[in-house]
Amino acid sequence: MTAFVTLPLLAALRYAFYAFNGLAPAGFVGFANFATILFEAPYSGWTLRALGHNMIVFAALMILQNGLAYLIAFALLKTLPGHRIHQVIVFLPVVLSAVIVGFLWKLMLHPLFGVVNAALALIGIDGPPWLGNEDTALGAIIFTNAWHWVGFPALIFLAGMQRIGAETMEAARLDGAGDWVLLRQIIWPLVAPATTIVFTLTFIGSFNWFELPYVMAGATGSPGGATDVLGLYAYRMAFGSATAGLQDFGRGSALAVLMFIFLAVVSAIALRLLRRREIEL
Amino acid sequence: MMRAEALKNGAIQLLLALNALVMLFPIALMVISAFKSNAEIFDSPFTLPDGLDFSNLLHVWNDTEFVQYLLNSLVITTSSVLLILLAGTLAAYALARYRFPFNATIYLFFLAGLMVPLKLAVIPLFVELDTIGLLDTRLGLILIYVAMGLPSGVFIMTGFLRNLPGELEEAARIEGASEGRILAQIMVPLARPALVIVAIQNAVPIWNDFFFPLVFITTDARKTLPQGLTVFMGEYSTDWGVLFAGLMLAALPITLVYIMLSKQFIAGMTQGAVK
Repeated sequence: MTAFVTLPLLAALRYAFYAFNGLAPAGFVGFANFATILFEAPYSGWTLRALGHNMIVFAALMILQNGLAYLIAFALLKTLPGHRIHQVIVFLPVVLSAVIVGFLWKLMLHPLFGVVNAALALIGIDGPPWLGNEDTALGAIIFTNAWHWVGFPALIFLAGMQRIGAETMEAARLDGAGDWVLLRQIIWPLVAPATTIVFTLTFIGSFNWFELPYVMAGATGSPGGATDVLGLYAYRMAFGSATAGLQDFGRGSALAVLMFIFLAVVSAIALRLLRRREIEL
Repeated sequence: MMRAEALKNGAIQLLLALNALVMLFPIALMVISAFKSNAEIFDSPFTLPDGLDFSNLLHVWNDTEFVQYLLNSLVITTSSVLLILLAGTLAAYALARYRFPFNATIYLFFLAGLMVPLKLAVIPLFVELDTIGLLDTRLGLILIYVAMGLPSGVFIMTGFLRNLPGELEEAARIEGASEGRILAQIMVPLARPALVIVAIQNAVPIWNDFFFPLVFITTDARKTLPQGLTVFMGEYSTDWGVLFAGLMLAALPITLVYIMLSKQFIAGMTQGAVK
């Protein structure tokens, strides 16, 4: 672990301050790599664009994926017939590789031969080339991610709801609380620990987003960078597209250090706030 | 009141059924399309195949590197998980059952490893593997996965072993059992639930991982299944029957294991997250 976790992390920090010639460090350059990424065109524009996309991904997944997961969990809490098999079904995509899921949806979203547009054609809608259109590409990949992962937050929420206990629920029901009131005023505050976990995992997952956009949109975040995110950008900077002249271990390390600081600081603050909220609610 | 309740439950049931359809449809489509010809897929995408045509599957199995990718993934995943279980149990046993200097420090060192997304250290890992000559080898990947899985493995195992009652261990020690025997014959059988959680929690992400193979493995014969799939999808991009067959075969092993052990999978993966 020392050799493959601790030392590499320290080395990443060190490399960030060096210029590189291929694999070998070629001189100390201070904060120049950081300055390039943050302030020098065209790098600064790419960094900001990727960061913006990551934020969209995070917000969209929080609402679409986790909101849906919360409702699924509540529906499963009622233990209607078939709830067990539903848990198995909703969790099935979670165990599949993002590569399989990405390719499967890429085929389904194909503008000419994909089933999504074939189904839309049946009801008279002329579907767009989802992944080829700058306005729809990111949304299509976010949707695929939600399909892939929704079972995970759903079962975390469900476990949180099951811990509330039948007496609390029964008492609220006897007081005349309907489903909506129950969901908002009893369950929501009491599943706060589950919400903290889901928030944190979604945050880290959204900002490390790599495999799905790589498979569905390629390393450059096509079309025209409309799906470029920090993970793809960092990958190109570290290893990718030698032709584009982007490959640079020093800048790549600096970007990784910045991403690490960003993730660590924001999750620390968020965790603190969410934990306080758990106690207050 | 009863009627309204029944109606509402019916509505919820309907929505759940709809959701199950959305979750299962892509998988069902993948399976039926694997048995179709290109013409069938394009002309009648939603219908069942005309007959059970195994030619796509046989083509993937016999004429591509699929079997090699599958074996690589099997070797890499099993060795990594076994090493994590072995090293994790030994470390956790020492941390949980003995008092020695720096015990807490070592535990904290493992804990710190939990917080770090190792993807961000990929450049130094690349340089390091290159330096020790393990770049583009399966062993290099295994070592990285073990380092990645150890923190949570040690954490879960230590927590579990600490809560085991000490009497059994002491009784065995009085009977003259060696430390190794106590660990192997008393602790490990008792710790089986925790071992299963650690195994699943590591096996699934390692089996599915794409990022590290993408960066570290370049020789085709050493590629893992998800990585090989990208090669394959590029090669056969116009033959959709073969593409669906490849996806289906790639999804099949883990899906089968998941269906057999769904309870343990769900527990292992969600509890792993709640650590």
